[in-house]
Amino acid sequence: MAAPAPPRPLARTVHSARERPARRRGRTRLELALLLGPSLVLFAGFVLVPIGIAVYYSLYSWNGFGPLTNFVGLQNYADAFGGAVFRGAIGHNVVIAVLSIVIQLPLSIGLALLLDRKLKGRTVLRMVVFAPYVLSEAITAVIWLLMLQPNGFVDELLRGVGLGGLVHQWLADPGLVLYTLFVVMTWKYLGFGIILLLAGLQGVPPELREAAALDGATGWQTTRHVVLPLLGPTIRIWVFLSVIGSLQLFDLVWIMTLGGPANASTTMASYLVDHGFKRYEFGFGSAVAVVLFAICFVFALVYQRFALRRDTAGALTRAVS
Amino acid sequence: MRPSRRFPLAALVAAAALVLSACGGGGDEGPAAASGPVTLTWWHNGTAEPVRSLWQQVADDYHREHPDVSFTVQPIQNEEFPTKVPLALQSATPPDLYQQWGGGDEASQVESGRVADLTSSVQGWIGGLGSTAQGWQVGGKQYGVPYVQHVVGFWYRKDLFAQAGITAPPTTMADFAAAVGKLKAAGIAPIALGGKDRWPDAFYYDYFAVRECSPQVLKDEIAAVKLQDPCWVKAGQDLQGFLATQPFQTGFNGTPAQQGAGSSAGLVANGKAAMELQGDWDPSTMSSLTDDKDLDAKLGWFPFPSVPGAAGDPAVLLGGGDGFSCTTRAAAACAGFLQYLTSTPVQKKIAEAGSGLPVNADAVASLKSESLKAVAEQTRKASSVQMYFDRAFPTAVGQALNDAVANLFAGQGNPEAVVQAVNQAATGNK
Repeated sequence: MAAPAPPRPLARTVHSARERPARRRGRTRLELALLLGPSLVLFAGFVLVPIGIAVYYSLYSWNGFGPLTNFVGLQNYADAFGGAVFRGAIGHNVVIAVLSIVIQLPLSIGLALLLDRKLKGRTVLRMVVFAPYVLSEAITAVIWLLMLQPNGFVDELLRGVGLGGLVHQWLADPGLVLYTLFVVMTWKYLGFGIILLLAGLQGVPPELREAAALDGATGWQTTRHVVLPLLGPTIRIWVFLSVIGSLQLFDLVWIMTLGGPANASTTMASYLVDHGFKRYEFGFGSAVAVVLFAICFVFALVYQRFALRRDTAGALTRAVS
Repeated sequence: MRPSRRFPLAALVAAAALVLSACGGGGDEGPAAASGPVTLTWWHNGTAEPVRSLWQQVADDYHREHPDVSFTVQPIQNEEFPTKVPLALQSATPPDLYQQWGGGDEASQVESGRVADLTSSVQGWIGGLGSTAQGWQVGGKQYGVPYVQHVVGFWYRKDLFAQAGITAPPTTMADFAAAVGKLKAAGIAPIALGGKDRWPDAFYYDYFAVRECSPQVLKDEIAAVKLQDPCWVKAGQDLQGFLATQPFQTGFNGTPAQQGAGSSAGLVANGKAAMELQGDWDPSTMSSLTDDKDLDAKLGWFPFPSVPGAAGDPAVLLGGGDGFSCTTRAAAACAGFLQYLTSTPVQKKIAEAGSGLPVNADAVASLKSESLKAVAEQTRKASSVQMYFDRAFPTAVGQALNDAVANLFAGQGNPEAVVQAVNQAATGNK
């Protein structure tokens, strides 16, 4: 531990601040205005004001033409929650979020631990795993849409390796389509989780593993009780990004299924575009947007408060000492 | 081409723009003087050749003959129009001339007060386009003018029909069922359907309704957006009966209509399915999805079969068209240009470009293929062309209809639910 800072420099700062308070304060304010001003203007203009306007629009029945005259209060919200399709959409988002945590997370951790070892061709493997993440969502969706067509690449591949019995109507079966989409999402985002976790593994001091080994811990015990706890902050950030991403899921769904068949893969965002834009119901669409925002916002606040706070409070140092 | 309603990333950008444009405000420009030089901003969807060059050439030609009228031609992706136009009509500077498909969308746009009423400017010549132009009227006033017409019917492969032993295109639903049976027996997928996009599903419901409902019922109840006649439910029952014969390719609910060789158009183009219920644009869509250079010669067309005992007119076709609307700033100059677009020399060029059936009958001979000429001939003989329901209805109602029909195709819902979806959407219920 470093020795406590000597008091003198601190006193000098206080002293100088007392000497020229007005000028100093003026300069600080100028610096703040210069540094924060542009970003604050952008943040207000592109985030806060649009949110406010969306809330305002959401109280009207409005098709986008002419003035806002038909005030309907909270009717748009009632209609959204009253409709089975929107409730189903929320359910689909939740399913995707839960599946991500239950399936993608262990898979990412496992692969990251594997790729952290000294393997032959490790760099190549890492690149292969990470490659899908570099593709845009639109490209990913078009590629998979074509591969998943009946008798397409996926079906022929399965038949070619003797698994013809597994061939299904991947995108046309309402009971299956959401899980097909989840597999595509996993293909695309697994690499991101792995890279994040590999970075986290860099922060695990090798001395700790060495010490654990000297104490007679097995490989699994070291992983379970030393490595995983130290990966905590990375895992918590990954969960945060993953859940928010699941709630806002749009591109893949829109290109691959348009939310169909029979709304079996509708998400909140695809419902928003389908009912807001395609139907010229901008008031209703705004209400859906506000609901989507509120759900994400509440999740973010709660998660920050209860999960991420540990990281800012220095969970790492506590765990080490 | 009919908007294929593919995903526009632009929708999200436009969403942000919509929100932001509301802060802009801005005053109206006064209408331009009736005479004097004017520059028309023209938004069209001909982003691909040959239409892109065609429109530029038409604008240049018109400018040469009318030096007072110049153009700023802006080709815009087809899929962006549904989001860009509402924003533009709310802004201070909408385009003077823009792509217009008529029907319910147009009626919504007219509410903005920015779309020009062309009734008096076009009355001298609009009659020459026949009944087609009625689809671009709102409340009896002409707010847009079509330059090509579209009709929907069955495009089929003559080679596969011959292979299955079908000698003539079916004319009744009974013939049609027999043909489907023969194709299946020959191991050929009878019909390709792009069910992922939903609007191709609606063609089937639309056509059964056109066959089941009398022309008067169609006219009155679509205009009133209130479906009361039992024929609407009957159409849904016909459709369910038809679906029960399983005439479509495997996985039709997840198949896109126009994208890639695995799309419904691609399946027919590559001989993987025998027919498709689509618009007259289908051969040009297909030609880009296959290497087969002789495709046009292999394709034939027949109208949707008649339904025995139904009250509808079997000679009615389903369709629509592409047109343009003018905004109020330079409406007079714009209307003059629309007349030029429907003149025979320009219509011949449009027919040659293959973007649809010319609205001017004198240009039909310039169509590219024999099958398209046959379609134009059938269209001329048709007692009327009913606009696709999703366009004829207000936008929200049309989409609700498409969704309800798509549910039927996915084995959910029932014929009553389709009618109910329309009537509920018409009253503003989500």
